[in-house]
Amino acid sequence: MQALTQGLVSGSTHLCIGQEAVPVGACEALRDDDPLITTYRGHGWLLARGVDPVDFFAEILGRDSALNGGRAGSAYMSAAEHHVYGENSIVGAGVPIAVGLGLACRRAGDGRIPVVSIGDGAMNQGNVHESLNMASVLRIPMIVVVENNGYAEMTPSAMLTAVPAAQRAAAYAMVGLEVDGNDPQAVRDVVAGARSTSLESGRPVLVEAHTHRLGGHYSGDAQAYRPAGELEKHRQSDPLVQGRKLLSEEQAGRVEADVAMLVEDAFERAVAIAAPKAEEAGTHVYAR
Amino acid sequence: MSTLADVQALSYIRAVNLALEHALATDPSVIVLGEDVALPNGPFGATKGLHAAFGDRVIDTPISESAMVGTALGAAMGGLRPVLEVIYADFLLVAMDQIVNQVANARYVSRSALTAPLVIRTQQGHTPGACAQHSQSLEALFAHVPGLRVGVPSTPRDAYSMLRLAIESEDPVMIFESRRLYPTKGDVAPGEADAGLGVSETVRRGSELTVVTWGTGRALVEESLADAAAPSVDLIDLRWLSPWDSGAVIESVGRTGRLLVVHEANETGGFGAEVVSTVSSALGSGLRASGRVGLRGTPVPAAPPLAQAVLPTVSRVSEAMSALMEV
Repeated sequence: MQALTQGLVSGSTHLCIGQEAVPVGACEALRDDDPLITTYRGHGWLLARGVDPVDFFAEILGRDSALNGGRAGSAYMSAAEHHVYGENSIVGAGVPIAVGLGLACRRAGDGRIPVVSIGDGAMNQGNVHESLNMASVLRIPMIVVVENNGYAEMTPSAMLTAVPAAQRAAAYAMVGLEVDGNDPQAVRDVVAGARSTSLESGRPVLVEAHTHRLGGHYSGDAQAYRPAGELEKHRQSDPLVQGRKLLSEEQAGRVEADVAMLVEDAFERAVAIAAPKAEEAGTHVYAR
Repeated sequence: MSTLADVQALSYIRAVNLALEHALATDPSVIVLGEDVALPNGPFGATKGLHAAFGDRVIDTPISESAMVGTALGAAMGGLRPVLEVIYADFLLVAMDQIVNQVANARYVSRSALTAPLVIRTQQGHTPGACAQHSQSLEALFAHVPGLRVGVPSTPRDAYSMLRLAIESEDPVMIFESRRLYPTKGDVAPGEADAGLGVSETVRRGSELTVVTWGTGRALVEESLADAAAPSVDLIDLRWLSPWDSGAVIESVGRTGRLLVVHEANETGGFGAEVVSTVSSALGSGLRASGRVGLRGTPVPAAPPLAQAVLPTVSRVSEAMSALMEV
């Protein structure tokens, strides 16, 4: 956020402030080599998966990062070494791709299962319907995590969604689960259950995690659509605030100091990385 | 199933079928998927016998083109080699996001850490009585997109060898077949795929005019050339639009000085303009005259007389050749 205000980031970003418990809890329940696809609001998923914060910041800053060399930016990052097959800038577009990853996992027979995160707004995309039906009839294990933060871009989801995500699962003969998405331990347990259920049943499982977005849809969003007092109310259930209560004052202080140092150090090192070379722009279009 | 050694002349569709069979038999990572490809043996027979022989590596999908392309992409990124059949090219438009935003970008944005070695097979072009949603020729749309490879085979031999090359390619490849050509027969070279990806075929040599074509245009041009009054033509079947064999075309026009491009797709904004522009830039005044024959600027109508009025025809090709010879 600081980098944005300093003008170090080209364009906008979609921050997941307030939603951190979903990726943190889910990644605890997953194998490190379970394929992962996220929304464009995927920063938390990449960090929870273990991506080096230096590489991560460098990519957002348009530096020659170890991730994607500045080609992906904030909203389309991937980390192949960490089995992250990409954020996606097109709402819902990761779900069909997850079906194919699931097909590949099933053929490999090594117990891996893909996980795709989408927002509640993505539930109204045609390709999400297509993919849930297809994964179900083709008996492909996969987990769809719906991060329901109450807003589809900048419009309240309730105005746009006739039937909530978890209830829709039944329409595809899938199990649909709900969880408090601000509680990382609850997310971990529900996703772990979803993982077993999906592998055992050979069908996709949907997990709707209820959470709150404590920022705008994108970094320049003034959020004039927010009712007065809403943000203040949601800040009470901020997973970081809740998590702090689990620790002693001393423990919490130490964690906060450690994280602040880690972030500051990673950011400084990322800023120091050079910009990608212009002649790189024409490479990797084709295999040869 | 018969093997190539048993067969001399094959139909175009049987050549496709044999290329798929070869890929499934030799590479365990190859899968075939699409609507009606497994139990029903393929809407046009391209996948006949494959499900019986290869079981769950040949997969019937719901009628969900976006999910189909995305599934092929995910499977490819996950280590498989999917060959997806989309029954009509017109249906590709349902899956444009997955093709253009997802498949084409996977390698570039990840700096080749992720790749999408998949094939989308489809057929296109006018078939009598088919309407504007089952008759388009869409190759230029996809040749426009960096990251995709595009091939348009016009003979059984190329239907076989180009599909083999496509499946072996590390890039996503779209192969546009022609339903009208499916019954046509020709010799298919057994064994390894013989033409390189992006390599054109010079069908005949001549000195006065270069004619560049692909897909259904080839037969049309050959028929036009049967006329005794036809000029001496260097006929190049481009076969691939991405990458395309600009070197062969420039070399030819360098000798003949005249260029005609014949394709079934819309003339406006079409790939013919790309060919003419590239040759013009390379040769300058060495290109004395150029022209295009394609679909006149309308959707394709169903009734045969209406379709004939707008599609490229032998007489339109002949007239265009004569006009260029007067320059």
